[in-house]
Amino acid sequence: MFAYLVKRLLSGVVVVFLVSLSIFLLFWFGPSSPAQPICDRDTSNRCTPERLANFEENLGYNNPWYTEYGTFVKGVFVGREIQFGSTKKFDCPAPCLGYSYRTKTPVFEEMKERMPATFSVALGGAALYLVLGIPIGVAAARRRGTVADKALVSSFLVLSSVPYYLFALLTWLFLTVQWEIPLFAETGYFSFTENPAKWFSGLLLAWIALGIFGCTQYTRYARGSMVEALSEDYIRTAKAKGLAQSKVVYKHGLRAALVPVVTIFGIDFGTLLAGTIFTERIFDIDGIGFWSLQAVNGRDLPVVSATALFSAIVLIFSNLIVDLIYSVLDPRVRLS
Amino acid sequence: MSDLNVDPGADNPEVTEGGELQDGAKDTRLPFEELARSTHTANVLDPTAEPVLEVDNLKMYFPLKSGGLFRRTVGHVQAVDGVSFQVPKGGALGLVGESGCGKSTTGRLITRLYKPTAGALRFGGIDMATVSNKEMKPLRREVQMIFQDPYTSLNPRQNVGAIVGAPLAVHKVVPKDKILGRVQELLEVVGLNPEHYNRYPNEFSGGQRQRIGIARALTLNPKLLVADEPVSALDVSIQAQVINLLQDLQREFDIAFLFIAHDLAVVRHFCPEVAVMYLGKIVEIADRESIYSHAHHPYTQALLSAVPDIKQATLGGRRERIRLEGDVPSPINPPSGCHFRTRCPLAQEICARVEPPLLQIGPRHKVACHFAGELGHHPAEPVTAPLLGVDRQGSPVGGATVGTVPTGPGYDDTWYDVKSKQMVSA
Amino acid sequence: MTVTTQTSPSVVPPGGEEPFLVVDDLTVRFPTEDGLITAVSELSYSVGLGETLGIVGESGSGKSVSSMAVLGLHDARTAQITGSIRVGGTEVIGLGESRMRKLRGNQVSMIFQDALAALHPFYKVGGQLAEAYLVHHPSASKRDARRKAVEMLDRVGIPQPDRRVDDFPHQFSGGMRQRAMIAMGLINDPSLLIADEPTTALDVTVQAQILDLLQDLQREFNSAVIIITHDLGVIAEMADDVLVMYAGRAVEYGPAREILTHPEMPYTWGLLSSVPDVTSDTSARLIPIPGNPPSLLSMPSGCSFHPRCAHRDKVPGDLCTTTVPDLAPGGRGPGHLKRCHLANPDEVYEAEVLPEIAPDVAAGDPGTDVAARPDEES
Repeated sequence: MFAYLVKRLLSGVVVVFLVSLSIFLLFWFGPSSPAQPICDRDTSNRCTPERLANFEENLGYNNPWYTEYGTFVKGVFVGREIQFGSTKKFDCPAPCLGYSYRTKTPVFEEMKERMPATFSVALGGAALYLVLGIPIGVAAARRRGTVADKALVSSFLVLSSVPYYLFALLTWLFLTVQWEIPLFAETGYFSFTENPAKWFSGLLLAWIALGIFGCTQYTRYARGSMVEALSEDYIRTAKAKGLAQSKVVYKHGLRAALVPVVTIFGIDFGTLLAGTIFTERIFDIDGIGFWSLQAVNGRDLPVVSATALFSAIVLIFSNLIVDLIYSVLDPRVRLS
Repeated sequence: MSDLNVDPGADNPEVTEGGELQDGAKDTRLPFEELARSTHTANVLDPTAEPVLEVDNLKMYFPLKSGGLFRRTVGHVQAVDGVSFQVPKGGALGLVGESGCGKSTTGRLITRLYKPTAGALRFGGIDMATVSNKEMKPLRREVQMIFQDPYTSLNPRQNVGAIVGAPLAVHKVVPKDKILGRVQELLEVVGLNPEHYNRYPNEFSGGQRQRIGIARALTLNPKLLVADEPVSALDVSIQAQVINLLQDLQREFDIAFLFIAHDLAVVRHFCPEVAVMYLGKIVEIADRESIYSHAHHPYTQALLSAVPDIKQATLGGRRERIRLEGDVPSPINPPSGCHFRTRCPLAQEICARVEPPLLQIGPRHKVACHFAGELGHHPAEPVTAPLLGVDRQGSPVGGATVGTVPTGPGYDDTWYDVKSKQMVSA
Repeated sequence: MTVTTQTSPSVVPPGGEEPFLVVDDLTVRFPTEDGLITAVSELSYSVGLGETLGIVGESGSGKSVSSMAVLGLHDARTAQITGSIRVGGTEVIGLGESRMRKLRGNQVSMIFQDALAALHPFYKVGGQLAEAYLVHHPSASKRDARRKAVEMLDRVGIPQPDRRVDDFPHQFSGGMRQRAMIAMGLINDPSLLIADEPTTALDVTVQAQILDLLQDLQREFNSAVIIITHDLGVIAEMADDVLVMYAGRAVEYGPAREILTHPEMPYTWGLLSSVPDVTSDTSARLIPIPGNPPSLLSMPSGCSFHPRCAHRDKVPGDLCTTTVPDLAPGGRGPGHLKRCHLANPDEVYEAEVLPEIAPDVAAGDPGTDVAARPDEES
């Protein structure tokens, strides 16, 4: 078990390293100079080739890429100093992921600020789609083949074939803009500690959009998994014991059906935590997803690499946690 | 021979699905007498047949990896541990034993699905155990396999023509435009409608699928077929069809069989010679009569006594069973000495100390037991002790003249008679 | 075990008590996408306490479907069940779900073929046994249930039951899992135990252990047992009565020894001639039943066995293809029923079939035949 964890963590470190290196190289060898955006911004779009050369010099883009990548990696562990233009020097303490070209603030600090928003969206949305999706899926599985089941399955299929961004956008347009429902009037992220009610109402619409859309998929997973579980021999055994129907379905059927659903959920939730670009953009939530979108638009290299690294780490951890949960849920699985 | 399956409706869904059979169909069904004539009695031993395959001290140890960070090899699963036998040309050797005894692994080694850890597989003057995969390719034509499960051993996305014809294409034995003709010929041989070459496996019943598997194995005119539980997944009434088909093919094409099965009655019908395996080793090998009527190994005796026997039960009352206690030990760490001793009612100290050699005790009968004897007549003293130079507890005796016990495949003209404790010859 | 002489199975012997289980004129139909299929039709049998009935047939013969109906395990919304099933005098067909549940696992229990699949992989063996006990003993404590589970595991011969009770099913060997399954089936001391292919997936020595165990337990608990199997050897060793099923119908029914020595239905002959025996004469032939079992969607007209029957030429006219024969006594007395138009099945069997499949028996008196070979009896 311990050896397994160590092995998985080591392989995770390798993956994170490869992700960071490839992002770094993509920008380094990209079509335009990575210093171009910051030069444009700092000179109010009067970036002459001389000024650009100056920025490149200061940012270290004249050094070989491996030297510069080394500097970046070193900064992550011990911190470093960063110079923009010719004048200012910024102190960047460890873990240093660089300074944002756009805002001139340490990337790590900015990321810490945005995490609560993304985590709030992810937790609420995921909770909602699990709470909706699994019971509906189980109910459909128990009534499989009936008219209600068929209607549900086909309507959810239609719903889930709408692109998510369109679905989220329509939710916002109708509930907030068109009908002006007060509860959904002000979407966005507000600190929970400062104003819980505002936090709740600001995120509610995002949760509903994520929850309903996600629930169509989780209904399908739960239904499929449950149909399979209910056709297993051990369900027949449970019935033959004389157990009540509810015990047969929930204690014996659902217990087994949940395992594959949990597996998918772990991966899904990891993706949500890494930032939900559409949700955050549409509902104006200042989280990791929105941030990474801005960074890509502004070619803000340090932020782009930081968000990519963050997704990689979150996904590695969620995979690991899924495997751990799996070994708890299914006694036949031994981690090695 | 393709008229074995006498009812065309059997393999022709158009006829049965229509429900009503045409009047003409009635004439094609054989009356019982002719049906009986088209079937076979038990296969008979040809003692003069040359061996087509000789397996000598075959071993397969699967490495067992530790679960830690560095996957060290911490042990071996001794799936097959020094097995020797011969399969006569055009004959059939049965390999019986319970799950985990290594009989299926032995079959897979012979078709070189695994590369053996040690030992020789002599086939047509070549040792298949040591040749490279490339050198093995032409030999694969000669040695084919029939699998147990007709539902999973056929690719559901390939039609029958592709499944049966694939070996022809792979080995480029027939020009492409001739493949279909050969496939249809093969389908007819195994009693299927040759027009059904373009159907898919799911359109056939279990017995018909097993026929497809047999046709595939026959495609390249093999000299040796390894049949791993070929009928155990089939309904009772279909089992006999497939056994009769295999007997037909054996006679017509002079194919030798290594017949792996757990059903001792089916093996008795098909195989004039039988080897009994327990935990990776052959404990007894002999001709049919010696195994089934004069078994000398307590495990063989226990196996036979466990088989439910219709005739005994209905006419003579139930036989007394030899109850084996517990389960088969792990092949990772098998018991010392005789592997069977932990469950053996006869076991004594010598059995833990000295492994009994597979000793020839009759013209075609070998047994690996210190107390070999017919049921109820096991000797009190280990019969092997004088041969091995040990005393009755298995400790070496100083100055004893130790005779050599031949361990290779095949039989000698002289053997050790367990009753008189002397070497005798035919 | 005594062989009971049975009169017509669905009729209660005058003055006697009704057998514990009486199945009368049972028909089970399922709607499928391709149409309504009749899985069991007009099936009647009975089993008394202390008796064992063997039901033999191939896949699709309805042998499992009929016994699932005894426990009411078919989906009530789709399965169409008619006829009568009386368990200890209680009519089961149409019985309410809650009363049915009181019967299941309590008075009637069932053990299944593949114990690895039939036990829940995520729960401990002991927990699954205890659950079966608690559901019918609601006042018992968890500790009582666990003690009972250990006791039953011990009873079925599982070593160190107090430790193995906390194992998961995958930690048991195949034989031990089937023992645990039996322990679960017997934990509430049922009057009727239905064993559906209880030894099919097991090795022969383990099968022998399980069959011995079932017999011992039956003697101890005096329960009625139904053993469903495709293996006539198992029937021969275990059953007092045997019911041969083909395509949803009983085709032969009577005392086991009688049916196995003097079968009167060509399908039973086919089953006997399709399997070799470990002691049979090696000049015996292995004679298959031609063709395949019929699809339940397109049953043959008349006798459903007629497309595969090698003896149809002995029945005059087209009786076999047009008329379903009755299940009626043949030439061997009222206790032996067969569903066949053959007028002289015993003569045909002895003159034609027996010499091919058991030349040794056909040549001499079967009784002396066995006695003359004491070496195989020891």
